[in-house]
Amino acid sequence: MPKSKENQKSYWRKNLQTLAILLTIWFIVSFGCGILFVEELNQIRIGGYKLGFWFAQQGSIFMFILLIFAYVYRMNQLDKEFDVDEE
Amino acid sequence: MEILTWTYILVGFTFALYIGIAVWSRAASTKEFYTAGGGVSPLANGMATAADWMSAASFISMAGIIAFAGYDGSVYLMGWTGGYVLLALLLAPYLRKFGKFTVPDFVGDRYYSKGAKVVAVICALFVSFTYVAGQMRGVGIVFSRYLEVPIEWGVIIGMCIVFFYAVLGGMKGITYTQVAQYCVLIFAYMVPAIFISMQLTGNPIPQFGLGGELADGTPLLDKLDGVLSELGFHEYTDGRKGMVDVLMITLALMVGTAGLPHVIVRFFTVPRVKDARLSAGYALVFIAILYTTAPAVAAFGIYNTIDSTSETSIEDLPQWISTWQMTDLIQVDDKNGDGKIQYLADPETNELNIDRDIMVLASPEIAQLPNWVVGLVAAGAMAAALSTAAGLLLVISTSVSRDLFKTYQPDLSEKKELRIARISAACAVVIAGYFGVNPPGFVAQVVAFAFGLAAASFFPVIIMGIFSTRINKEGAIVGMISGMLFTAAYIVYFKFISPELNSSENWLFGISPEGIGSIGMFINFLVCGIVSHLTPPPPQSVRDMIEEIRVPRGEEKSSKFKKD
Repeated sequence: MPKSKENQKSYWRKNLQTLAILLTIWFIVSFGCGILFVEELNQIRIGGYKLGFWFAQQGSIFMFILLIFAYVYRMNQLDKEFDVDEE
Repeated sequence: MEILTWTYILVGFTFALYIGIAVWSRAASTKEFYTAGGGVSPLANGMATAADWMSAASFISMAGIIAFAGYDGSVYLMGWTGGYVLLALLLAPYLRKFGKFTVPDFVGDRYYSKGAKVVAVICALFVSFTYVAGQMRGVGIVFSRYLEVPIEWGVIIGMCIVFFYAVLGGMKGITYTQVAQYCVLIFAYMVPAIFISMQLTGNPIPQFGLGGELADGTPLLDKLDGVLSELGFHEYTDGRKGMVDVLMITLALMVGTAGLPHVIVRFFTVPRVKDARLSAGYALVFIAILYTTAPAVAAFGIYNTIDSTSETSIEDLPQWISTWQMTDLIQVDDKNGDGKIQYLADPETNELNIDRDIMVLASPEIAQLPNWVVGLVAAGAMAAALSTAAGLLLVISTSVSRDLFKTYQPDLSEKKELRIARISAACAVVIAGYFGVNPPGFVAQVVAFAFGLAAASFFPVIIMGIFSTRINKEGAIVGMISGMLFTAAYIVYFKFISPELNSSENWLFGISPEGIGSIGMFINFLVCGIVSHLTPPPPQSVRDMIEEIRVPRGEEKSSKFKKD
């Protein structure tokens, strides 16, 4: 079945694209904002928080949750689009 | 009522609850014993995963570690939650589609090799035993502090409870008790946190309270920065660790989390691939409730401690200081004889020593909450330790019965396999209990081991097993062994052979033993890739299997592709 093989290939390519985008954000919010640029971000304040410190101890965790749910949403869409979802 | 009475009532009630659930949900088949029959709802599995994951260390010690480390404590917060993103995006859905019972199962099938499987089993056993010894110790400590029984008896009581529901119920029993344990532990963690947040900052939500203002209008964190630097400590929101080290520790903890067998195996228990994805999301929500509260508990705790003790005369110390002095978790020594307490960074003149576990254990007393809250915290700490211990014991018993016995004795009957699984769970409980009573002096040091080894061994081979069709068994075996040996050698060298050299100037690129698993992981990836490309590609049947686990629809791969 070459057609379904083709379909599977493009499904996988879309999947990898999704992963690349989400993992880039994952890297930026934790390693970027929480560690590499923490000093710079600490110059900015939100309420009683310095922004870099907030990312390191709170913000990155909230972002992780959003990332997983974004992934769930996107993959359910892709599963339907490429007709590979579970009935 | 007295604190002790409340503690007995609440701990006793929760134990009865766990046993009741275990009897109601005991396992009848190997499939139920290993993966709860694969019929757990994503929400329940998310809760169970959260309880499985959050150990005695998360509940009792983490806030204290952050309280004394300040910004540097962030490595644990980001490391132990960020791993779930990797787990959800890169591992859980595919392993669910693969559909077998254990991580070594996957490694053995994907790399068509008993050798690879055995290496994976050894890693799984090592990681799990390291971890479980700490949990049993945790149970013993909670018993001895709150119920005034000797630590040994505490461990034995804990063993009996875990024995009962892990051996009887298998994964099915464990899953539903973990759901109950999650509810107990999160309630116990949040109640004192909410009250303390309200008292200090007027905001009932600790996550906001941490960024809130004290009664005099200064933000809590600024006040802490100021007070701590006055006393000679580093600023709370500033770190002392090198940036490379912080990066590497965070990465090792994230990747290690995603590679821990007792966490991965939880995603085999949900019915579908889409449930596995969703379940990882729920798990992180449930974990994040505690993990975003912990830094608040940490800051409140250290602020309260300094505020109520520093430059206070010894007679005026709050009640909880003297209560906890009896357990040696707090030591007061008026060195300069001025009748007041000086809490200082310099160990020569410092007069107050506080164990980090105090931040959570004494939190109800610090906030002057009613006695039942103290009992609740005890029950919560116990729930955290027991749920993690049970999950680990299951991995150990499954590894022995399924990955060792069944591999070499494929005609083993289901009934016999189930009996072997139960016997090995029972043996594992006894061994874990032994280490709980007689902890090897190095328990604290070996935590770095568990994560480092999981990061350097499992994670790369599972990832490449899914995302590459070219990686073969030669690459996987050599990769796992080299990653593991490098990481183990580095940790053993700095922790056991030459602990006196364990400081940043001697470390490789300034990376501490806690973070070295990241380098081990890169080595594993690299070696695995090179060796695979120099040796023949995997057989067509394996490549077909990889193509199939990448799409959600279709039969579970293991039912078509099996050698047993």
